[in-house]
Parts: sequence; structure tokens; C-alpha cells
Amino acid sequence: MSDAIVAAPRRARQNLGGLWIAPPALILALLFFYPLALIAREAFTDEAGAWTMAQALQVLQSRFFLNALLNTAEIAIAATMGCVILGVALALILAFTPFPGSNFIARLIDTFIALPTFLVTLAFTFLYGSAGILNGALMQGLHLALPPVDFLYSAWGVILAEVTVYTPFILRPLLASFSLVDRSQIEVASLLGARPWRIVRQVILPAAVPAVIAGGSLCLLLTVNEFGIVLFIGAKGVITLPLLVYDKAIQESDYQTACIIAIVNVALSLGLFGLYRFAARRLGG
Amino acid sequence: MSASALVGAPATVLSGAAAAQPARSNVHFDKVTVAYRGLTVLKPLTLEVAAGEILALIGPSGSGKTTALRAVAGFVRPASGRIVIGATDVTDLPPYERGLAMVVQNYALFPHMRVEENVAFGLNARGAPKAMIGERVADSLRIVGMAQYAKRYPRELSGGQQQRVAIARALAVRPRVLLLDEPLSALDAQIRRSMVEEIANLHRDLPELTILYVTHDQSEALTLADKIAIMRDGALSAHGPTGDLYRRPPNRFAAEFLGRANLLPVVVEEAGAAGGFVKARAGATSLVAAATGEQAGAKRLLCVRPQNVTLARQGERCNAISSILKEVHWQGELTHLVADVENTPMRVVTTRLPPLPERGGRLDLFFAPDDASLIAEDALV
Repeated sequence: MSDAIVAAPRRARQNLGGLWIAPPALILALLFFYPLALIAREAFTDEAGAWTMAQALQVLQSRFFLNALLNTAEIAIAATMGCVILGVALALILAFTPFPGSNFIARLIDTFIALPTFLVTLAFTFLYGSAGILNGALMQGLHLALPPVDFLYSAWGVILAEVTVYTPFILRPLLASFSLVDRSQIEVASLLGARPWRIVRQVILPAAVPAVIAGGSLCLLLTVNEFGIVLFIGAKGVITLPLLVYDKAIQESDYQTACIIAIVNVALSLGLFGLYRFAARRLGG
Repeated sequence: MSASALVGAPATVLSGAAAAQPARSNVHFDKVTVAYRGLTVLKPLTLEVAAGEILALIGPSGSGKTTALRAVAGFVRPASGRIVIGATDVTDLPPYERGLAMVVQNYALFPHMRVEENVAFGLNARGAPKAMIGERVADSLRIVGMAQYAKRYPRELSGGQQQRVAIARALAVRPRVLLLDEPLSALDAQIRRSMVEEIANLHRDLPELTILYVTHDQSEALTLADKIAIMRDGALSAHGPTGDLYRRPPNRFAAEFLGRANLLPVVVEEAGAAGGFVKARAGATSLVAAATGEQAGAKRLLCVRPQNVTLARQGERCNAISSILKEVHWQGELTHLVADVENTPMRVVTTRLPPLPERGGRLDLFFAPDDASLIAEDALV
């Protein structure tokens, strides 16, 4: 009897405790899942409101979609590789060959994370654009009629801008990882006869694999979904999936096609995220 | 392959200047100083470690012992002076060309490599042929008793096992000199004692291996070292064969750092007694102690180790001094007594305890002249 008396309020408290999940779940549903559901419904229903895959299959087989998918993959992979190479090189220098002002430079690179992506693109236009500083100097110095540097308005321009913007996303976890590398391991390796490059390859970088995977996956996710840089550079023929969604929805008012492409984009992002989690788990990250 | 094959053979896989040298090497510090941002942390150090010798560098934290070791390794650049290993001046050589190996406190094993890969690391780095690497790895692991753990990762080993692997990794490259930087400090007391014995056995098997051993643990130094160098405030305070340094410390710091010592203020009564002994007076008591070059009337400290003081006369020439018993501490195998002699505490460690007076009662203490030495009261660096 006494047990029942004690147990009743406890059960009531437990039920009440479960309710705390409701407000955040409701907010999440309203702000994220409901709009996502609307996009999915728009993508997979016909004009009569019936579920269909016909339009989706047609879009997925279209040349404009496949081109955009290929562009997106090429640019994202190239930019991520650039970020990893530049990030590893910078992190090694900043972590293992400290020089006066190295901490300041690390912080300065960090600030790129806080800047809007179009700002870098705008700066690139001033630097490498047709009427930019570099072309101006070359045309004047070499007496040229046309600007000799024109990579900015191509996929290379997009890749360079994305590498500049997203390298800090690799650099920060790498610096954190390198700060945990036991310096005595490096010293012992050196005394055993290992030259610096061998130490980097066999002692330092293996310790940084989880950080490279984490940072690289984040870069890949961000570059797959990058919109501002691609739009701002306006490279001829460089249409990525986010830009295609924008074109279809805003320029052509073809919302169903836009929603189908958006669903593909979301699936791609979730797939990459799943891959990252799998790799991080396998490598102990 | 015998254990001794791991040292002394031609250094076929050594690179650079080290390749020209045999594995058996001495180390010579020639007025080596080290400074960080203008602050001198190692004052001019001149020291010789003979080939095949274990030299223990001991001293309190900040005494400069680790700095001296790091200068040999090439991790710090001397501000002045030269370091010579064998016939090679290594002062300006990078660490990877010095032909050395090191074992550190936290083992510094590479966590992503298996035990055998860790041991093979140095051989790979020095470009050894594959057949030789396999043979050396197996030999090194066998010597430290870790052959059956070759396929494991460091995280799968205990602290003592990891330290054995670190020693095997260092031995595999046949170093000219093995540097040990507080290698046992991270282990618990029981494993530490066992590892000290293992390192002593290892050196018996590899008598040509020169070892520079940095520790703050005097018992490790006394057990292992052929010679001890005591560092204090960045300078060499005392240096000599282990037994001599323990029995005849040259100064107060050495006497107190290397084991416990009773230091009784005395005045030299009569210098130049036969056999290097002098007469000295503590209060009204005349004592005989080992000393050379003392002048009559000089104030000195008479140093005698607690275990050399007895409660019964041992022979005719034995010193005898009266004291007041202050404390008795029974510790199982040993009993520690503290008595007062002329307002100076005198410690006695004994295994056999005769009947004692009450605390505050008179207690006669005895010690042989050969177990006592005179040191200068203010003898510092």
C-alpha cells in the first residue's frame, strides 16, 4: 500500500519530465521538417496532387541536371582537396615552426570563418578580375591590349574562392589535433634517425587523420551547398545544384523541378554526412 | 644472435657523420652552456662519460640535468662549448645525424603503430635492409622480453610493457649512446624497482653500451650508475664514481642529495694523521674521520650515513659520541632513531635494536673513522 502511494507521484513526475521534449520537437518540426515535407510533396506530386516519380525521373535524366551534378562534384572535390592541402601545410607551419606573430596569423585566418562568402569573391574581383589590380599591372607592364589573367570567371575562380573561404574549417581542427601530438614522440623519432618529412608523414599526420576527415567532410558539405560564391563570380557555364535550384525557382518559376533538385541536394549532403560519421567511427575520430 | 650484438657492431645503417663511428662511444662536454632568452640554464659544464659507462645525472628540478641531456640529443643548441661523441663533434649536427637513441618518461611510443613497427621505426628511418630490420626487431624484443607482444598496439600494453618496448626501439638502432630521461618516473614503485633491475641486467648483457641516465631518484642512480654527476642551479656540484661519491661526498649538497646524511659541525683538531684521517672535535668529544689537506682549527661538517652509526662499539678505533635519544620510529625491517648531539640531530638506522633508554635518556653512538668524512660547511658549487 505504502509503495503504491510513493510510486504514484514518481510516475507522474516521469510523465511530466517526458513533456520537456515537446517544445523543442515542435519548433524543429515547424522550422525544419514541415518546410522539408512541403518541398518533398511539391517534388513528388502532380498537378492533381497525386504522388508520382515521373517528373523526378525526367529531371534526374536531363542534361542540365547531370551537368550541374558533375560541376558540383568536381568543384566540391577540387576545393576540398585544395583546402586539405593548404590547411595541412599552414597547420604544420603554425604548430611546429612557431615564429613571431604565428598566433596572430592563426587568429587572422580564423576570422575568414566569420566573413560572408561574397566578400572574398568581391576581393578576388578587385585582385584578379578583368579590371583588377593584377591584370591592370600586367597590361601596363607588358603593354597588352587584353587582360591576360582570366581564370576568375571559370570553375577555377570558384574553386580558388572556396579554398580561401573554407581552409579555416580544416585549419582549426588540425591545429587542435597538432597541439595534442606528444612532442617527445617527435624528438624520439628525430633521434632515431627520422628526418623532418618522415616525421610529418609517419608520426604527425597519422595522429591528425580524424581532424582531416572531420574538417574535410565539413568542407565537402559546405562546398557542395555553396551558393553565394558561385552566383557572385558568375562563371560562364558553371552551374551547380544550388544555383540550378535558384534558376529553376526564381528565374523560371519551375518550382517542381527546383524542389526535385533540392531533394537531391539534401540527399547528397546527408549521404556525405553519413560517410563522414562512418569514416570517423572507423578511424576512432 | 647475442645481446651484445646489438651494440659494438659497425654502424652500417647510421647516416651522416654517425655512420663513420663505431657504436662504442664516449661523450665529452667541453664547457657547454645553454641559455634561454638570455637566461643561462646550464653553466659551463665539462664532463666526461666513458665508453660503456652508465653516468647518472641527478639533481632537483631546474638543476640543469635534463638540459644537459637535451644538448647531447641536439634538441637545444649550446650557447657556447662543444659536445663530442666518440671522435665526432656533434655540436652542430641535427639530432637525426647523431646516431643516438632515447627513452623518455612517457614512453613516446607511436600509438598508431604496432609494437614491431615501433621497434622498426629507427631502422627504417636509417635505411636498413628489410632482412636486417626483421632480425633486429626480433632480437630487441627478445632482449626486453616482449617478443610475444610484437603484433599489439601500445594502448594494449601496461606501462611497464610500454617502457620495455621503448627500450627495445632504442636498442634496435644500435645507438652510440643511449639517453634515458627519467625513464621510470611514470611507473609505480613496485614496477620501477623491477625495471631498475632489468636495466642493470641489460647493461650487464650489453657492456659496451654507453648510457646517460637522467633521474631525480637517487636510489635509481645508486643502483645503476658507474658514476654520478650531481647538478645544482645549472652547474655541476659533484661528480665521481658512485661508491666514492656516496661514501665521501665532496660537499653538503652532495651529501644530503645522495641519501640521508648526518652532518655534525666539528673543528679540525689535528691535521695529517696517518692514512688520510684527521682528528676533529665536536663539543668535548674527539673524533677521527677521513679527510685530506685539512688545516688545524678549520670548521668542518663531519658526514656519516645513518646506517653506519651503531649502538654498540665495533672495534678499537671506533668513534664514540654521547647523545640524547629523542625519537624512535619502528618501520618493520628497520628502526629509525633520532638522537641529539650538541644540538644537532643524529639519525641512526638499525636492523637489530638493543634495549633503549627512555626518550630523553643518554645514548652512546658509535661509527668507524672510515665511515666518516669531513666536508666544508659552506662548500657549494
